[in-house]
Amino acid sequence: MIIVYIILVLMIGGLVAWFAGRVSPNFARNFSLGTSLVAFLMSIVFCIQNYNRSMEGMAGAWMVDLRFPWIPQFGISFHMAVDGLSMVMILLTLFLGVLGVLTSWNEIKERTGFYYFNLLWILAGIIGVFTALDLFLFYFFWEIMLIPMYFLIGIWGHENRMYAAFKFFLFTQASGLLMFLAILGMAFLNAYKSGVLSFDYFDLLKFQPEGLTGFLLMGGFMIAFIVKLPVVPVHNWLPDAHTQAPTAGSLILAGLLLKTGAYGIIRFVVPFFHEGAHAFAPYGMILGAIGILYGAKLAYSQTDLKRLVAYTSVSHMGFVMLGVFAFNPLAYQGVVMQMVTHGISTGALFIFVGMIYERIHTRDINQLGGLWEKVPKFGAVGMIFSMASLGLPGLGNFIAEFLVLAGSFQGNKIITAVASIGLVLGTVYSLRIFQRIFHGNKNKEWDFKDMTWREVIIMGSLVIAIALLGWYPQPVIDFVKPAISTVLEQMTTIVD
Amino acid sequence: MIGYSWLIPWLPFAGFLVLAFGGTKLSKKMASMIGAGSIGLAALLALIIGFQFMQSPPENHYYNLKLWTWISIGGFSPSIAYHIDALTIVFMFVVTFVGFLIHVYSAEYMHEDEGYSRFFSYMNLFVFAMLNLVMADNLVLLYLGWEGVGLCSFLLIGFYYKDPANGAAARKAFIVTRVGDTAMALGLFLLIIHFNTLDIREIITKAPSLWNTGSALPTWIALLLLGGAMGKSAQVPLQTWLPDAMAGPSPVSALIHAATMVTAGVYLIARTHTIYELSPMAMTAVATTGAVTLVLAGFAAIAQYDIKRVLAYSTISQIGYMILALGVGAWAAGIFHFMIHAFFKALLFLAAGAIIHALHHEQNIFKMGGLRKELPVIFWTFLAGAGALAALPLITAGFYSKDAILWYAWSSDYGSPVLWAAAFFGAFVTSVYTFRMVFVTFFGEVKTHVHHPPGMAMTLPLIILAVLSIIGGFIELPHSLGHVTLFSGFLNNVLPEVKMGHEEGSSEVIFQVITALTGLFGIFLAWNFWFKKPAMLYKFKSSSFGAGLHEFLLKGLGFDWLYDNVIVKPFVWLSNINKNDITDKIYAGISRLTVLLHDLLRVTITGNLRWYAAGIAIGIVLTLTIVLFL
Repeated sequence: MIIVYIILVLMIGGLVAWFAGRVSPNFARNFSLGTSLVAFLMSIVFCIQNYNRSMEGMAGAWMVDLRFPWIPQFGISFHMAVDGLSMVMILLTLFLGVLGVLTSWNEIKERTGFYYFNLLWILAGIIGVFTALDLFLFYFFWEIMLIPMYFLIGIWGHENRMYAAFKFFLFTQASGLLMFLAILGMAFLNAYKSGVLSFDYFDLLKFQPEGLTGFLLMGGFMIAFIVKLPVVPVHNWLPDAHTQAPTAGSLILAGLLLKTGAYGIIRFVVPFFHEGAHAFAPYGMILGAIGILYGAKLAYSQTDLKRLVAYTSVSHMGFVMLGVFAFNPLAYQGVVMQMVTHGISTGALFIFVGMIYERIHTRDINQLGGLWEKVPKFGAVGMIFSMASLGLPGLGNFIAEFLVLAGSFQGNKIITAVASIGLVLGTVYSLRIFQRIFHGNKNKEWDFKDMTWREVIIMGSLVIAIALLGWYPQPVIDFVKPAISTVLEQMTTIVD
Repeated sequence: MIGYSWLIPWLPFAGFLVLAFGGTKLSKKMASMIGAGSIGLAALLALIIGFQFMQSPPENHYYNLKLWTWISIGGFSPSIAYHIDALTIVFMFVVTFVGFLIHVYSAEYMHEDEGYSRFFSYMNLFVFAMLNLVMADNLVLLYLGWEGVGLCSFLLIGFYYKDPANGAAARKAFIVTRVGDTAMALGLFLLIIHFNTLDIREIITKAPSLWNTGSALPTWIALLLLGGAMGKSAQVPLQTWLPDAMAGPSPVSALIHAATMVTAGVYLIARTHTIYELSPMAMTAVATTGAVTLVLAGFAAIAQYDIKRVLAYSTISQIGYMILALGVGAWAAGIFHFMIHAFFKALLFLAAGAIIHALHHEQNIFKMGGLRKELPVIFWTFLAGAGALAALPLITAGFYSKDAILWYAWSSDYGSPVLWAAAFFGAFVTSVYTFRMVFVTFFGEVKTHVHHPPGMAMTLPLIILAVLSIIGGFIELPHSLGHVTLFSGFLNNVLPEVKMGHEEGSSEVIFQVITALTGLFGIFLAWNFWFKKPAMLYKFKSSSFGAGLHEFLLKGLGFDWLYDNVIVKPFVWLSNINKNDITDKIYAGISRLTVLLHDLLRVTITGNLRWYAAGIAIGIVLTLTIVLFL
């Protein structure tokens, strides 16, 4: 039940923060911080409770499985369950959620209460997405996380916020609609075949539609997820949304929303459509490789720091796409690791750029330069996270990229070899981020203060997280192992 | 004691943490104490462990120390674990011992610079990464060290970050080596497919039973790993980053870009030697890479003005010798040259640094001159290093280490007259450029006066290294001269002996005499052209052919030009014209189309009743037509 409570805490906390914001913005801030911290602690407790059980492989892959009737006439139930994969994603969500509240502290000065309401509701929606096992409920949460996000970009964003918010909304809504059609199609066709109307994950798992029907249904899910991931060429909403969103918005977009796409592919597309996924695999891997290279190339030419970081996300998510369609444990562990470490490292880069913007009100790379001398703490953090972004060993991203490439190399050598050029291009753009800010001549004399304590805490916790994952990633690997092997076992039995 | 060997890398790491967090709060004295002290302790420990290892070698001649399991997925489970055998000990000793001397030197050399503790923290991090590279028991941890030293190299080349040119050099070093690293990573992925492990000992013991000699897979793997070695060890065609890397402070050039990091490729190939032995083609590729590199880089060195660039090209060339030795199966000879080279090249860089320091950042050798009397200690130590580099017969260590390589390039099973000729010619070129540097810098008239003679902390390391550059060779003497095999004997549990093939009818002594005489002739030429009769050379350089040749050599034989035009410029161009992402046009097009349709349909909303009536009528007629007739 704790998982439902976490969602409720976030939702109720959001409502309270909204009303509290009318009284005092500071109260809204503190209350949201408290709420997110409580939720984070609850998830840690939950994680510890289930750690041993999952280690011993007791309850199978699923640690918790809750089911209440909701609309029984249509076979819709309130069905939530947590396995290792969900657990890891929930922890990431709430960790970044707490940091999101902290980064907004001084940035958001207008309609503070409503802002925190949106922020907390997005988190609730994301956790719902990571746990829902009824497809109707899943779609419900999918929408819950989008609409507050639209507000976040549209109200508190930067200069071109309305354009970005519309673009984000249209891309995700249109693709979400296709998914909804596919969900309905799955449920009705399954009812036609088996005689029982059900939106339940486990019921629909047995359906395994084939041929054209299977292709169309898979397409509906796939499009929603690859738009979210995003995969080139449906990535266009991302650079605008990330650039225009407030810092916490970019953090949550890059750190969490993109991951729901990856999660969707692993949780729904591959298990629902074994045959289709297998047939699609080479194309999926090619799309992944294109994403890696094209994203990296675009990142290199950007002069807006936030946009640059946004395109690095496109490149990094290419690794997810590449690995997901390799169907082996190395690649899948790599994909999950990439979801976690990219969330941390890219989130950190967005916060970092946000801190710079807060001080000098520009994101233009040409106005920066030579800042190392003045702000060494910034320099160290910028250094660490640009190294994470290029996949330096010792930081978590290396484990992710190494495993993804090692795994997908077993799937397809040529595509993976081409994709690995991304390692070189990653170096090219990551060094550019770092050097253009800190090396070279000062282009302007900025009144630039080094990090405050609040900022040191935010960045310090991110640095510790990424370094821990680089040197001791095994707990995450152990945690997600049962979930991954379930997906892969089904896959291999069907294909063989 | 060997159980404490994990402290050897982690002591410098502890030093790094203190320096990184202490930052500017630490006094200069504290910073240098922590930096040099932690490396000194590591060097001491490495020495003790080395001696114990020699006296009572462990069973199977290696010792394995596991700290923790890093990743474990299915059967694939690399650990943070160290493997210590004779090869590791040689590298461990060089890294910590030479590293310590360079740290001591730096304490004085860097004293006037900003970012003193930043410098030592990077140097400590470098030693940590380098030790992980050479001590790793699996290739993932080796790769961690491999990339880690790359990072430190980047940070230290760009140490004087305010000059954008240094930043560019740092970036170039990182990116070019990353090209090689990516090839190496693919090699690792291939190994994972076939062994499901990256444990080095397991791979090299299983490989011969898994594959036949000459089959395709070991060739692929060996060539991909060679790609990594080319990047890190600056071999043609990935050598272009090293001359520019001289933008870093001189101690950095000595430690990273001469003695240790750039020899990582040599270590990698020696470490995985059984894979290479399974592929004659890969062996040929390795030997050819080394031979081509040593000649080309030697030529480029002749034309350089900047003393550090001369030494940089010389480093590329000398690593070419090591790679050549590996390529002809003379594993121990390659490693021996690595060790001797570490001594004399670190010495030459440190001495060059002392000169630059004394002459207020003057690096052009033609503005130096006459320093023999002004800086006598530097002169004599530099001369010892230069003698070793030019392989001055009998008295220098470089003679013994290089002579072995030349001999095996001819006589081993993989050797050939062509490889020997390249190595021989390279040796001649080496003595020319080395003594050109000596004559121009230390003889003739004084051109710049000494401002700042070096102190004890700088001269003492020079003297120690000079002694090693002379006597270091006596632990390994050829058959013809005493036949001492202390070094190769120490290594022969790890690296196999040379397979001889072409020694019939040729005597090692004759080769030695020819090589020695040619080396002396090279010194004579250098004396003649750059000291006795510089007018002759001046005349040649004024001719259009001479000027062109000089420019070509000075610019490193056009590799930079080629890469710039074929790779860098097209990439930047492509990236800039597509800055706004062409695929965005699709969606902009969709939205424009929607607006267009909207505008078109809006025209019909006129508010005019007659139009509406006419519209309805036409609609009815059309509908009826379709229903009735089609």
